[in-house]
Amino acid sequence: MERIYLDHASSMPVDKRVFEFAKPYLIDKFGNPSSLYSIGLDAKSAIEESRIKIADFINAENEKSIIFTSGATESSNLAIRGTAQRNIKDGKEVLASAIEHMSVLNPMKELQKNGFTFNIIPVDANGIVDIDKLKNLISKNTIVTSIMYANNEIGTIEPIKEISEIVHEKGKYLHVDATGAAGKIPIDVQKDEIDLLTLSSNDLYGPRGAGALYIKPGVKVQSVLPGGGQEKGLRSGTENVFAIAGMGEAAKLVKNKMKVESTRLQKIRDKLITEILKIKDSYLTGHPLKRLPHHASFRFSYIEGESILLNMDMYNIQVATGSACSHKTLEPSHVLLAIGLKHEEAHGSMVMTLGKSNNIDHIPYILKAVNETVDRLRKLSPLVKER
Amino acid sequence: MINISQEGYSKKVMDHFMNPRNVGVIDNPDGYGKVGNPVCGDLMEIFIRVKNDIITDIKFKTFGCGSAIATSSMVTELAKGKHVDEAIKITRNDVADELEGLPPQKMHCSNLAADALQEAIKDYKKKKKK
Repeated sequence: MERIYLDHASSMPVDKRVFEFAKPYLIDKFGNPSSLYSIGLDAKSAIEESRIKIADFINAENEKSIIFTSGATESSNLAIRGTAQRNIKDGKEVLASAIEHMSVLNPMKELQKNGFTFNIIPVDANGIVDIDKLKNLISKNTIVTSIMYANNEIGTIEPIKEISEIVHEKGKYLHVDATGAAGKIPIDVQKDEIDLLTLSSNDLYGPRGAGALYIKPGVKVQSVLPGGGQEKGLRSGTENVFAIAGMGEAAKLVKNKMKVESTRLQKIRDKLITEILKIKDSYLTGHPLKRLPHHASFRFSYIEGESILLNMDMYNIQVATGSACSHKTLEPSHVLLAIGLKHEEAHGSMVMTLGKSNNIDHIPYILKAVNETVDRLRKLSPLVKER
Repeated sequence: MINISQEGYSKKVMDHFMNPRNVGVIDNPDGYGKVGNPVCGDLMEIFIRVKNDIITDIKFKTFGCGSAIATSSMVTELAKGKHVDEAIKITRNDVADELEGLPPQKMHCSNLAADALQEAIKDYKKKKKK
């Protein structure tokens, strides 16, 4: 059976055109961008070309506001730790929503250990940030407030423009993790008045090993990785030219097709949601409307997510889950708990994130697999009382 | 989020997960055991039919992950046909070994099937005394 991959939020294949574009920087044009001879300069110009493409992708003021990193985790670490430490004289408070990625929450916890105050903003049952709580928690001492553009587990898109206005009224900088949203919905850092924005290459069909942090002109950040001083001293270490060049090309290609592709995926997604919700005791997680166009997430009563995942894999369909059993911590997803699900409800989650390889013809087979999976696992479950 | 960070399952675990043996319930069982709870993500029920202290029939129902289902299935296979005094000695490790191993993080949380069997046998012995 043909593979139907529905877990694009966790990994994406590299676009073949991207690979062809970036391949020379691994083999022929392998020079160090800091070297002044020709193959060094070739590498350097590949990075600068990519920087322009990334700036264009998010409508940044100029390409100088883009810093390349090794990925989203590093970008968010630089945004949070680098900004908090650099601006410590202005205050020692940081804020994040309860549904942020661990690469945002854990750096903030780290700051907390070092004397910062770290507050968490709750979200409602659909995953939208509680604006009143944000207003209450933010103060002139709040250096970084971190709110994701859209959540990777439940697909909910946050009202970033509204949040940005509140943050700038009372606090200092807004950091937005756009890893999940980038490439699916348009992102405009100037329109939304974002100070720091995290991007990941792989989430744009680019190679792993590259990410970017947008830093608005004037925002003060210090390095969290001191060394040879690459990337304006903000990110030392010889640049991953292949991945960086690929990231820029990936962003360009994705941007050109975003509207058409997102509309196409949303059609498939909507059909999946409508049909899957016909299953008894199944529920959508996340916002029904304000959600990423490629994202469908559910929970099913009486069954457990890792079993769903394994069972779906037998149909050669790959999905994700927020169940405890799929995590090293053995705790259910903090996102599902934050939207108010009980532990036993969070255990039964299934997430589908669509991408290029999916098409409308896959729908009947996906639905057959989901129905049979839920049915089979419920027949095994002692929580279904039908004796 | 939700990336599967577990280590993979053995073929035998996947076989018992996909084709679990002895699924179901026994009406008016001679012994009944239940362990775990849905909050933790694992709940197992085991039902036994016993004649002359031999487990002649055994059924289970399980809510949980792949290893929870596979270990339940395996423990029913190990116990079926055994004297209750033998079956009660089946440990979590026996079950894991028969399944050709479980990922380390699954050894505790999702390997409760032997406990459920022991509960069922204890229940049988308690009923017998009455």
